[in-house]
Amino acid sequence: MSAQFDFAVVDRILAAYDCKQSGIIAILQEIQEHYHYLPREIFQYIADKLDMSEAEIYSVATFYENFSLEPKGKYVIKICDGTACHVRRSIPILDRIRAELGLSAEKKTSDDLNFTVETVSCLGACGLAPVLTVNDVVYPAMTPDKASALIKELREEIANA
Amino acid sequence: MLKNRQDFIAYRKEAVAAYGAQAEKIIVCAGTGCVAGGSLKIYDRLKELMAEKGLHVAVELEVDPHDDSVGLKKSGCHGFCEMGPLVRIDPQGWLYTKVKLEDCEEIVEKTVCKGEYVERLAYTKENCIYKKQADIPFYAGQTRVVLEHCGKIDATSIREYVAIGGYTAFEKALFEMNADLIVEQISKSGLRGRGGGGFPAGKKWEQVKRQKALPKYVVCNGDEGDPGAFMDRSIMEGDPHRMLEGMMIAGLATGASHGYIYVRAEYPLAVERLRTAIAQAEQLGLLGDNIMGTDFSFHMHINRGAGAFVCGEGSALTASIEGKRGFPRVKPPRTVENGLFDKPTVLNNVETFANVAEIINKGADWYLGIGTESSPGTKAFALTGNISNTGLIEVPMGTTLREIIFDIGGGMRGDGEFKAVQIGGPSGACLTKEHLDLPLDFDNIKKVGAMIGSGGLVVMDENTCMVEVARFFMNFTQNESCGKCVPCREGTKRMLEILERIVAGQGRDGDIELLEELADTISSTALCGLGKSAPNPVVSTIKNFRDEYKAHIYDKRCPAGACQKLKTIVIDPNLCKGCTKCARQCPVSAINGKVKEPHTIDLDKCIRCGSCISACAFHAIKED
Repeated sequence: MSAQFDFAVVDRILAAYDCKQSGIIAILQEIQEHYHYLPREIFQYIADKLDMSEAEIYSVATFYENFSLEPKGKYVIKICDGTACHVRRSIPILDRIRAELGLSAEKKTSDDLNFTVETVSCLGACGLAPVLTVNDVVYPAMTPDKASALIKELREEIANA
Repeated sequence: MLKNRQDFIAYRKEAVAAYGAQAEKIIVCAGTGCVAGGSLKIYDRLKELMAEKGLHVAVELEVDPHDDSVGLKKSGCHGFCEMGPLVRIDPQGWLYTKVKLEDCEEIVEKTVCKGEYVERLAYTKENCIYKKQADIPFYAGQTRVVLEHCGKIDATSIREYVAIGGYTAFEKALFEMNADLIVEQISKSGLRGRGGGGFPAGKKWEQVKRQKALPKYVVCNGDEGDPGAFMDRSIMEGDPHRMLEGMMIAGLATGASHGYIYVRAEYPLAVERLRTAIAQAEQLGLLGDNIMGTDFSFHMHINRGAGAFVCGEGSALTASIEGKRGFPRVKPPRTVENGLFDKPTVLNNVETFANVAEIINKGADWYLGIGTESSPGTKAFALTGNISNTGLIEVPMGTTLREIIFDIGGGMRGDGEFKAVQIGGPSGACLTKEHLDLPLDFDNIKKVGAMIGSGGLVVMDENTCMVEVARFFMNFTQNESCGKCVPCREGTKRMLEILERIVAGQGRDGDIELLEELADTISSTALCGLGKSAPNPVVSTIKNFRDEYKAHIYDKRCPAGACQKLKTIVIDPNLCKGCTKCARQCPVSAINGKVKEPHTIDLDKCIRCGSCISACAFHAIKED
């Protein structure tokens, strides 16, 4: 366990859920919202506080797709591949974004931790298909070219930050 | 804080007065779709401009209303996302479509100040201008019960909900009815669960009511996981109180004391709106202990999903609320006797709960007058795919596909020809031309081997390959299989492998039969409803489009021309200038030729990626 890890954030979140076992999913969600992933240090810590085994917490964290044990990029891009987006050709958009960022189905996060590219099965914005989101902001009616322009914009944002 | 019924009546009276005092109402759609189109900026701009003009802008219902105030509101989803951002003007009922930031000035100048109509923002079709929202063919063909308020009221205001008659059903149920009467009304109305199965809601409530164990729970399934469906999202975003009211009435009817709403993590706006709504109801005293001085106590909680489709299944959903992995379990015991925390639980979906208040208000007989005999009421559908008007619609049960697609949906997008419609998502099936005149209700759809599911309708034209559609759904189910039972975990994997092989041009003789056999085994032996129905898309596409499967397997041809791996790419020697650009772009060096001479493609090497096509400046390369 890392000596420097500051558990203050985790403590605050645990307290908000009264250290209840049934709150584990919400607790992990809030921790992930803070760190953008689930740091390995937290598992043993939460297990002790909630009086659960580390394996139980790990089983929950790996069952649900939204939890990530790997750090995620500053910009999380989710390309919708729900039915409506799929029939309006979302895959070429995914391919283009992956090509622009040098990512693939296996490698989801860029080495500089700026971008994570994932697919989701439906964002419920089917009327605007195909859509993608960048950190939960919806971009409607995308095309591969619009996606390239968006990546360029985000890169400029990073450069200017 | 409302202490008794009189307090509520007084509160409502005041809210109605404040609502009525707003001579004009400008309602900006703030559903997920329109927000993505920039509607929040439009809202801010309108507010700014109206303030500059010295108008009295009321962003919420005022306690001390001005009689010249203009209401400016953020509503939930209108369902016509394609034409967004949308701005509605009341009391005229006008609808402005595709509004841009630059249009705000004109809206304030003409409409707000002078009451004039801005014609260029109207919805037009075939040279006809539709001023009023209700006249637009997309809306004219609909019957809105559940979505009645979506797009018309401020979705973040409990006062506004009360002003238009909200929580009167709860009030009536609380003070004038007992549990037996409520259940009787719901049973009599024939309301069936809108989440997919169509189980009678009244029967479920009755069973929970009879249970002795305490506490009891009311759980709302808002884990709308079917890709291509967003009815529940729109209700949660656009009229959250209506859903809460339905759950509270269910609590009264069954003796439950706690309500849980399980919402998909992909719906952040819905979560936010529901949280606001719950906080408002608590503050007002409609939720909490001893509501309005009675002995009824009800507390509401929200749980966010974490990205598991299987949690849409009842027992998996309750397991997830308990903080466990979302595994379905063997039934019986059923959720009604042994649900959340092993206690009696009413589990219905968002749309079902959203129907409840109106049934209590207007009575079961009113509800029975809508829809068909076996499936009363309306159904919301998410209409998407290759169709002109994508969006959210609500029609009486028994409406035909033809009316939905060609009248409300405005027909096919572009000049495509209708081929099929996928109904019910990954658990559903394809309906084809021969089903166009079939009245859609729970039982009719079941008869043709499909299911309403949660109500996603994805329209497909002749360029959609049905084998690829089946592969797409199988890929989805395979990914989402929770892995608890073997038939679903392994069976869907095998089915997916075969389908992937077929669309890649490697199909073998006997594949169709093998798919059918696997489908049969999975359907009969999988543990939960999702597993049992996982093969449905494959079974129905084989049944309706067997020739397409055969063409892929035996002729290595995709009749729809959609499967990339089955395409041949050719260079037209008459158009090729020999610039060599394509040869340089080709990732597998499949293109040969000398400079300034027509090039050729080695089809054995070609991986059909199409990069040569986009590289060619002379449009000499085509897919065949």
